Amino acid sequence: MSVSTAVFNLIALLLVVSAAMVAFSRNIIYSAFSLLGTFMGVAGIYIFLGADFVAAVQLLIYVGGILVLILFAVMLTHRITDVTITNRAAGRIPALIVVVGLVYMLIQTVRTTPWAAAKQVTFASTTATIGDAFLYDYLLPFELASLVLLAAMIGAVVLSRKEIKE
Amino acid sequence: MQALLDQMIQEGAFAGVPKEVVYTIAMVLTAVVVLSAFVAPLAGVTSWLERRVWARMQSRVGPNRVGPQGILQWLADGIKNIMKEDIIPTAADQKLFPLAPYVVFMGFLCAFVVIPFGESLIVADLNIGILYLLSVTSLVVVGILMAGWASNNKWSLLGGMRSAAQIVSYEIPAGLSVLTVVFLAGTLSMQGIIKAQGWRPWDWFMFHNPFTFCAFFLFFTAALAEGNRTPFDIPEAESELVAGYVTEYSGMRFLFFFFAEWGNLYVIGAVVTTLFMGGWQVPPVTDNPVLLGILQFLTFFLKAYFWVFVAMWIRATLPRVRVDQLMGLCWKYMVPLSFICLLGTIGFMFMDTNSRRIFGAITLGFAIATIINFFRRVGFQFRSAKPEAYWKPHI
Repeated sequence: MSVSTAVFNLIALLLVVSAAMVAFSRNIIYSAFSLLGTFMGVAGIYIFLGADFVAAVQLLIYVGGILVLILFAVMLTHRITDVTITNRAAGRIPALIVVVGLVYMLIQTVRTTPWAAAKQVTFASTTATIGDAFLYDYLLPFELASLVLLAAMIGAVVLSRKEIKE
Repeated sequence: MQALLDQMIQEGAFAGVPKEVVYTIAMVLTAVVVLSAFVAPLAGVTSWLERRVWARMQSRVGPNRVGPQGILQWLADGIKNIMKEDIIPTAADQKLFPLAPYVVFMGFLCAFVVIPFGESLIVADLNIGILYLLSVTSLVVVGILMAGWASNNKWSLLGGMRSAAQIVSYEIPAGLSVLTVVFLAGTLSMQGIIKAQGWRPWDWFMFHNPFTFCAFFLFFTAALAEGNRTPFDIPEAESELVAGYVTEYSGMRFLFFFFAEWGNLYVIGAVVTTLFMGGWQVPPVTDNPVLLGILQFLTFFLKAYFWVFVAMWIRATLPRVRVDQLMGLCWKYMVPLSFICLLGTIGFMFMDTNSRRIFGAITLGFAIATIINFFRRVGFQFRSAKPEAYWKPHI
């Protein structure tokens, strides 16, 4: 086993274990902190695919922004650890059926998909290519996405501000 | 480094070991050596220097007992803290509480990978250098939130929350100021940014045009806020929150947080030097690569350490801001200002070099005039006050 394979396996292990902790942890704050490992593992996989810019942005946006927001939400919620999260409408047996069906579907998908082997990765700078792609080929979707984000931001401000009553 | 290893492999130094494994072990060893031989004394000496500089500015003496002028004080502090009992409060979260200092420390340490100490003295010149630096420092936020929550203490939680809100907010002006430089250099790589500048002050991005001059101050202020430094140290404000997110920590764990803070001070200085002050660029005085390397390292180190000193100076001079003032400063003034700087710099990029140089010269002249005026006023202070201690800073 070469060193890069070993490192890849380590990253994959980190990713899978922390993702499992996100899903199975009883304490929601542990789930939130386990997301850190998941995001870092995903960034590692981007690096293995030669996408350096995307890996850095993944860390910047997901760890620096989204994870912090999730942590804020969890910490500011009163008594969040005491809540027993169980759906009373459906018992264990319907849940089991759904889970088995889903697992079967996933395994079938994994088995039947013709997976492409990773090409020889070149560690060239991808930043300029991404910028060109945004401003030439995908200019309209790019601008649309910014408009949607702007609308979301204005919406958040409108929702959260206090109304001043004379 | 790689050439040396290749030569050693050719001579059969590591017979029977795959080449990749040798490289990996060498890389890990280099990282350990760099960590123990450079980063640790750097943060330690910075802590001693900060206390001494502070003391002088407040007409005290400061730590001067351990070693000559007290320079070994940081070693004594380290030994003391290692020997302390390792206390984890019963009510604290037993898993996250010990983990938090390491997350903070990792975020700070990863930054050293892309700091260019010289033309060939850099761990890895990544294509995305400065973006990588911004993204790994966001790990620190998670560590601080972890420390604040795991301590199970209201002061800690408040401190962690404040810190996270502050770092997330100030990332925007910092990022936009970095973007002005990236526009001028046309690359994200740290070495590329330095190579786009020159050794003369008027070749630095700081004096490129008046807008980059403003962007420099915006970046430095935002970096201080991201590093939780006074006047922006509300996450650990003693007068309000005991010690903020480090309230429950003691011994070596406590030291790890402050280790990261003092080391981070140098990272701030190094980034400012790289982006705005020409980095390791030296005048072409010698052809000897070793001598040139040493000169470049010294230039970079001194420039960066000057900003460390300025940060200490600010800490000793300015009072702490309030929480609402902090957020108001960021969102009402610094974010719009950094957008203006970005747009203004784009405007200057369309100007031809000669007419741009005039604006750069005016900026440089303004900076020099400010410095001269500063020294004039300090000199007046010296002459009129005549205090003994000013002339003997070594007591």
